[in-house]
Parts: sequence; C-alpha cells; structure tokens
Amino acid sequence: MSGIATFLTRRRGGASWHFTDVLAWIWLVAGLLLMFGPVIWLGLSSFKTRAALSEFPPTLLPYETAMVHVEGFDEPLPLYRVMMEDGEEHLLVQVRRIGTVAQMADPEAPEEIIRVPLTARQPVREIKLATENYSTPFKRYNFLRYFYNSVFVTVVATIITLIFNSMAAFALSKYQFKGRTAVLAIILATLMVPLSVIIIPLFSVINGLNLFNSLWGVILPTVATPTGVFLLRQYMLTIPDELLEAARMDHASEWKIYWRIVLPLAMPAVAVLAIFSVMWRWNDFLWPLIVLSDQELYTLQVGLNSFQGELNVQWHYVLAMTVVSMLPVVVIFAFLQRFITSGIASTGIK
Amino acid sequence: MSHLELKNVSKSFGPVGVLHHVDIEVKDREFVVFVGPSGCGKSTLLRIIAGLEKATSGDVVLDGEVVNHLAAADRGLAMVFQSYALYPHMSVRQNLSFGLENTKTPRDKIEARVTEIARMLRIEELLERKPRQLSGGQRQRVAIGRAMVRRPGVFLLDEPLSNLDAELRVTMRAELAALHKRLDATMIYVTHDQTEAMTLADRIVVLRDGRVEQIGTPLELYNRPANRFVAGFIGAPHMNFLEGRFAGGEAGAARIELDGGHMLSLHIPARPKGEPITIGVRPHHIETQGGQARIPATVTLVEALGPETIIHAEAEGQPRIVAALAGQRGITSGDTVSLALDERFLHAFDADGRRVAEGEVAEEM
Amino acid sequence: MTVETRQGIGGGHFAGLLLAPVRWAMNLIDRPMSFVQRRFGLGGVAAAFLAPNMLVFGIFVLFPMTLNVAYSFTGGGALFLNNRVFVGTLQYETLLACRDFLDAASCREDRFWRAVGNTGFFVVVQVTALVLVSLATALVLNREMRARGFWRAVFFFPVLLSPVVVALIWKWILQRNGLLNAALLELGFEPVLWLVNRGWAMFWAIFLSIWAHLGFYTLILLAGLQAIPRDLYEAAEMDGAPRWRVLTRITLPLLWPNMVVVILLALIRAVQVFDEVFVLTGGGPGTATLFLVQYIYETGLAQQVRNLGLASAASILMAVVLIVLTLIQLLASAWRERKEQR
Ligand SMILES: Nc1ncnc2c1ncn2[C@@H]1O[C@H](COP(=O)(O)OP(=O)(O)OP(=O)(O)O)[C@@H](O)[C@H]1O
Ligand SMILES: [Mg+2]
Repeated sequence: MSGIATFLTRRRGGASWHFTDVLAWIWLVAGLLLMFGPVIWLGLSSFKTRAALSEFPPTLLPYETAMVHVEGFDEPLPLYRVMMEDGEEHLLVQVRRIGTVAQMADPEAPEEIIRVPLTARQPVREIKLATENYSTPFKRYNFLRYFYNSVFVTVVATIITLIFNSMAAFALSKYQFKGRTAVLAIILATLMVPLSVIIIPLFSVINGLNLFNSLWGVILPTVATPTGVFLLRQYMLTIPDELLEAARMDHASEWKIYWRIVLPLAMPAVAVLAIFSVMWRWNDFLWPLIVLSDQELYTLQVGLNSFQGELNVQWHYVLAMTVVSMLPVVVIFAFLQRFITSGIASTGIK
Repeated sequence: MSHLELKNVSKSFGPVGVLHHVDIEVKDREFVVFVGPSGCGKSTLLRIIAGLEKATSGDVVLDGEVVNHLAAADRGLAMVFQSYALYPHMSVRQNLSFGLENTKTPRDKIEARVTEIARMLRIEELLERKPRQLSGGQRQRVAIGRAMVRRPGVFLLDEPLSNLDAELRVTMRAELAALHKRLDATMIYVTHDQTEAMTLADRIVVLRDGRVEQIGTPLELYNRPANRFVAGFIGAPHMNFLEGRFAGGEAGAARIELDGGHMLSLHIPARPKGEPITIGVRPHHIETQGGQARIPATVTLVEALGPETIIHAEAEGQPRIVAALAGQRGITSGDTVSLALDERFLHAFDADGRRVAEGEVAEEM
Repeated sequence: MTVETRQGIGGGHFAGLLLAPVRWAMNLIDRPMSFVQRRFGLGGVAAAFLAPNMLVFGIFVLFPMTLNVAYSFTGGGALFLNNRVFVGTLQYETLLACRDFLDAASCREDRFWRAVGNTGFFVVVQVTALVLVSLATALVLNREMRARGFWRAVFFFPVLLSPVVVALIWKWILQRNGLLNAALLELGFEPVLWLVNRGWAMFWAIFLSIWAHLGFYTLILLAGLQAIPRDLYEAAEMDGAPRWRVLTRITLPLLWPNMVVVILLALIRAVQVFDEVFVLTGGGPGTATLFLVQYIYETGLAQQVRNLGLASAASILMAVVLIVLTLIQLLASAWRERKEQR
C-alpha cells in the first residue's frame, strides 16, 4: 500500500511532493474551471433552444425533447418514455395534456388514445443544436449590419492607425529636427489622458465636424494612438541609420526610404500594433455607444448591449451573438498567442 | 572624368572639432587610401565627400564644381559601408537593382546591368538569396556590386574589409585591386590597417585627430615619413624609436649619443650639443651580424616565423628594440646579441616629432 | 549586427498581388513627398511625415483636452462652446457642495458622491485583490511544469475579450436561473438574486474585472519573474534556504519594480472602470455599482437634459487623479529601466 502511495506522489527527479506543489495544482485546476468554464458554458448554452434555456436546473448539453411526425397530425409531437401499468416501458407521443393526465398515443397506431398520469412518463431527449440561434439574428435582426459595421471600423481604423503611426514614428526616430523633443513630450503627456476623460468635449468636436452618428466618428478619434507611435518609434530606433544612408546614395527619396526600407524592417513591431489595434477597435464599447445613435450603424458590441438590455431578454439570441462577437478574437488568439503574449510582456501595453 | 578636391574642410559636432582644415586632391582614376587610427575622422571625411554629412566649413569640389549643397544622390558617387548596409529584407538581386529602379531605368536595362555585375563579382548563384544567407565575403561582394551598378565616377569605401577574417581579407584585397584596374574609376578607401593602405593605394593620406599628417605614395611614406607619427604608423613591425641627444659633429654628419651611451653618426645637420633627438630605425634595418654601430642587448622574446625571425630585445637605456632578421636564427630568449643598425636607413625626429631632414637640407646650410 | 538576423516580409506571388495596389498608392504619394523634399529639405519631410498623425491627434485629443477645461466653467444646455454661458466655478461648487463629505446623501450632487465612493471602494479592493491574484498566478506559472504555454493561455485569454462579452458571459451565469444558482441548489443552499442585491452586485463587479484583466498583469509579473537569474536560486539552494525564504528574500524583492508598475497600471485602469460593469449591472441596483465614468457619461450625454458643464468638471477632477497616477507610473518605469540596466 505504502509503495503505491509513494509511486503516486513521486515526481520527476524523484523529489517528494512539497505542499506548495499541491497548492500550485489546486490553483491551476481552479483557474482552468473558473477561466475556461464560463466560456464553455456560454458556448454550450448558445446552442440550446429557448425552451431548453428556461429549464431549471439547466442541463449541461443542449438537449431537446424528441419530436416525431405522426400520421393525422400536422405538427410534430413530443416523444415520451412511458412506464405502463403492466410494468413495461413504451415509447408514446403526447397528443395533448389535460391537468395531471396526458393523452398519449403509439406513433405506429395513433388512433388509439392512451391516458397516462404525468408522473409515469419521461420525455425522450436527444442532443439538438439550435443553430437557428445563430441564423435568425442575422436574418431577422440587424446583426449582419452590426457585424459589417464592426469589421469596417476595425479594418479601416487599423489601416489608418498603422499608416499614420508608422509615419510619425519614422519622423521621430530617423530625423533630427527642431521641436522633436517637444512633439515627443506632447505625445507622452497624452498617454496620461485616456478617452474616458475627454468624452464630453470630444462629443462636441465630433458634432462640430458632422461626424455624429457616423462610423467615421468612431474611427477617427482612435487612430492617432500615442501608444502605437511609441511602440514603433522604439523599434525603428534599432534600425541602423547606415541602411537609410545607403538608400539615399541609391537615389531613393525619403518617402521611398520609409516604405521600401524602414516599414518592411519594422514589420515585427507593425504586426504587434496591428493585432493590438484590431482587438482594441473590435472590442471598443463606450465611444461607439456615444457616437452612434442609429441602429443601422451600431457595431457588434453596441448592438449586443442594446439587445441584451431589452425588457424581455432573448437569451438564446444574445448568447449566440456573444459567441459570434467573440470569435474573431479567439481565432486571432489561437494563431498568434505567442506573438501577443510576448508583445505585451515586452511593451507593457494592452 | 572624376576629379575630387577637398578645400580647407573642417567639421565639428557641436563644440567638438573632428576635422581641421583638410586639403586633399584626388585625381581621376586614382586609388587613394585614408588611413589613421580609430576615431581620427576618416569616416566623417568620407561621409562629407559622399554628401551624407555637411562640412562645417570648406568646399568639396567635384570635377571643378563646388558640390557642398548637392544631396548625396546627386553627386554621382557610390559608397560601400563598413557594415555593408545591405537591405536585409531584399534579395541580392533587389539590393543590386534598387538604385537603378529609383532612377527609373528601364527593366531590361536593369536586368542586363545586374547580370553583368553579378558575373563580374561571381555572385550569379546568389542573386535570389537574402543577405543573411550569405557569408561575410559574399556580402562584401554584394555591397561592392551595389555600388557598381550605377557606374559611379567615384567609389567611396569605408573599411570594407574590416568585418572579414584575416585570410579572406587578403583575397578580397587582391580582388579589389584588380577591380580598380578593370573599372577605371576613382576610389577612395578608408582603413586603419596600414598593410591594406600600402598594398592598395596609389597615394595614401595619413590622418590623425582630424588633421592630415602626410600625403604621398606608399613608398614615399615608408622611406621619408614626415613625422614620428607617420613613421610609426606605416610599416610592420613598427619602427623602433631610440631616444638620444646630439653630441657634436659637423653639418651633414651629426654625432648622436643614444641613451645608454652608444654613438651614431648621421647625415643630418648638427644641432647644439645636448639637444634631444629620436632616432627611428625599422626592424628590418637591424642585424645581429656585421654593420657599424653595435649595441649589446638581451633577447626577451623570439618569434620564429620561418622566413624571418623577429626578436624583441632590451639594451641599456633602450627598453625595447624589435629586429626582423632574415632567415632562421638559433637565437633563444635570454641570449645576448649585439645589434647593428644600418646607418643608411636611419630616420631622425626632433623633439616635436618632425623629421630632421638629411642631405638637401644639409647642403643648404 | 541586428539587421542581418531580422526577417523582412515574405515574398510570394500572392503577397505580390496583394501588394500591387499598395505599391501603386505609395508611388502616388511619392510625388508630393519628393516635392516637399526638394522644396523644404529634410526638415520639411519630417514635418510631412508627422502631419497626418499630429493633425488627427490635435483635433481629437489635444483640442478636446483644452476644451474640457473650458466646458467645466460653463453652464446651460447648449452643445457648442460659443453658445454656452460662463458660470465660473459653479460646476465645481455644485459637485463639491456637501454638508458631510462622508455622507453622499448630504451632497447636492449625491450621485457624484456615490460614484466617487463606489469608485474609491472598487479601486482599493479590486487593485489589492487583482495584484495578489496575479502575483499568485505568476508564481505558479513560473514553476517548472509541462504545457506552461497552455496554462498561461488559460489565464490570459479573457484579456482579449470585449467588455460586453465578458459581462454577458457572467450575466448568463449569475441570472436567476443561471448555472451558479443551480449549483447552489444542488448543494442545498437557497438561490440568490446576485445582481439585485447591492452587496453582491459590487462583489461581482469586482470579481468580473479581476477575471477579465488578471491575465495581463500576470504576464507582466511573469516576465519579471523570468528575468530573475537562475543562478540566484541555485545559490540559495546551495545555501539550503527554505522555500518561503527564497520567496521573501529573493523573488519578491527582485520582482518589486515590476510590482510597482503593475500596481500603478491597475490603479489607473480601476479608476476608469466602466464597460463591463455597465453592461452587467447598468450601475444598479440603485446606485450600488455606479462608477465615475458612468456618472460622467450619463450626466453629460445620456440623460434627457444634458449637463455638459457638470460632466466636464467631474471629468477634470478624475483627470487630475489619473495624471498624478500616470506621472508616478512613468517615474516608476524609468526607475525600473535604470535598475534593469544595472
Ligand atoms: N554624429 C556624431 N556626433 C558626434 N560625434 C561624432 C559623430 N560622428 C562621429 N563623431 C566623432 O567624430 C570622431 C571621428 O569619427 P569617425 O567615425 O570619423 O572616426 P573613424 O576615423 O572613422 O574611426 P573608425 O576607424 O573607428 O571607424 C569620433 O571621435 C567620433 O566620436
Ligand atoms: Mg569609421
């Protein structure tokens, strides 16, 4: 017995278990449940029908009472497993329910009605994915529009961010000019002032520029990110000036040096910024909420929020659309995990 | 025609003066080497010629035209950088054609030129590779190739061989010399390696602390160094400097007493008795057999190289004398030898390090 | 040489095809830029490169920043500054008019004080818990183990989720018929209306924001832990130091610079708490989870009668706190960098 115990608790290298090892494993497993659990629960729930969602206590998998078509009835009828008085079990469909008694029938011989007390029957359940949770919001509600708006905002804002930020970073890292320190200081200073502090005046600026209730009003205030300028400048400083000089000897114009030499070489940093920018813009909530008033222009996040805020929450649609709005980020993360985590660890930005 | 002149060029970075009143003339098709210790301003000078840096004062004249305000690209020069500065994200072919594309050269012409250069430099098989997939010597060739494609009148090369290992450096040196003959172009070459300077140059410009110390052909510099610095810098192993003072004699045959008591007589004008003087003698002009002035010395180190034997020795009053003896000698460390200086090849420098002229100066007096 | 080891963008026909319009556009811009270069020299070029970013930056960041100050001294319902009336420090006085600063009910603008109180409570509790949990997670993840990348991803991935998604995931679990109540029932407890109870609503607001951001701070701390040289641990092992002493004498002191940065970053973020909580509770029940940003947003933009002046004044007060925190953070970062160089 004690041999088995030592075998089970033996670790690599033969060292014995320390209590911190146990604590660490408890922490990891609890973390796994707490971090992953809710998301998996969301995924599973999003495939349940409205009826299955309202069940309490809930089932783990998306079950649904099996329905069968029976001759003589237009609608499919629910299938039940019934314990008959003779002790045998039969599969019957329920035709209708009156009080505590159900009128049931054998699907093979539907003419004969059998009366069964409710307690004697169990619904036959099968796994059924309610994919209409996903399709209906796109068809019946505005979600396709929201999705398109989100993609538009994300793609356009990211492209502009990359171009504007990299141009500025290039100027700030590769040219000596009067006022360079001043520009750097201003950008640094605004790192301190997050969007949430200037929403009031920014709102009036947007109105003054006629950008209220327009996707451009969502995009433009976000594109000149000081974080991006800093990230890129820091990287561009490591590109040797000799390369630029060689290009100058090669008759390259300064613009050409920027986009043929410096930009390709700064690609690793540009890619990090691109990923960040995509996530920032895709997940933005407060600012689009302020700028967009027209349903047609809502981004996915705003649309989702307004949809869940309705009096009678249609959870089956909300959950499915939550999954949809999560999907791009999850895909990006799955492919670029290492890239993202090392990017954050080295720059300390999010 | 590519004739280059620097007129009274000075450069300072802020308060720090890096170049002081530099005057140099480089003739068409000449191979001129700037040589000097690290930090003396060679690269800065080259970059001023290239147009990558602006001189604080003075003129750069190209073919009789002042080009001070012309941008680097418009001067018709090409430069090979010390780090090669090959564009790391472009293939060798793209590296070579980038400059031509920028001047809107037609595609087929670019193609032809790149192929020609690649053949000349034997890098045809490397055209599709990226710089990081090349060896040091190959990168070097590509860097030279990139400078060649636009057929510049003047090549500027900043220590192009310094990143190569010793053996490759010798090969590339020979190739460069051959290339210069073939291209018929003016080349200005920067190095701190005096052997490179001696082997490659038509003329050498020796720089120190931003000043020109001497300009001349390699042998002029070797045979008649203008000062102690040039004498010590040119020639390997370095020249020995023996301290001493004038001990009388007449014009054209000064007598000199070295520290330690040995007497020499030199064909230089005599100076007042007791005035200090430094005698320079190259290791190759010292023998242990024959000769006139003999100095007993103890051998401290022997480097037997095969065809030649280098010995380091210590004499009274002269802590370190290096001699390069022809052939193999049976000398070991600790032996006592007697060193004979060949008086025909002695150099004399005054207290300021300036050459004390012999012959013609003596005649004038 | 860093250049030669660095990878450029890959070639390939597909990429070439994609790049063709880019190339065309870039060549188009080359003309005006070359003109600037010839006409104004490198200084002009630098200005041209900076111009687009700085223009956007000026219009949408710098200008609003100054505008904010101006707004906070005006009153009335007009949107644009030129139509607004100057009221001096009235807005600030309104915000600060309290008989007893510890009792929000005694204040003229009691919602503001409730928001301040809630935010203060949130900041203290959330930052403390967040830092401790991140530290524990980082210490666990820093151990020798298999599949470390997987475990890191487990704790990290919520960082990427949008606040709306985070809030909805948890709202679904916390609702009356949700998973949590089902579990309680299973264990024999009474179900709880989590988001209707004032105390529990605040608890879940804090829990949620920790859940969502924990991975980010863990990552920074983990980077700090991994920068601690291995041989220090080996030396300690040779000295026979027990584990807790290694933790308190080696790990924590060396991690301290990173901790400072993490704490300050967490503080700065916590002061601005809004998105997740707003979607989860809407600030409720009552004002139980009303935070400053929501107060500013609602007062200035979301209510029937917009009070831009009051909201601006509130945001200025919040900005002061943030600027102080950020300045400390920048100093701390500089300090950390200096320490790392040594
Ligand atoms: N951009 C600059 N700013 C300030 N000082 C500089 C700059 N470039 C060069 N210097 C200084 O000018 C002096 C000459 O530098 P230069 O690069 O010309 O030396 P070099 O002769 O090429 O040396 P090496 O053989 O090491 O390449 C050095 O003291 C250097 O520190
Ligand atoms: Mg140099």
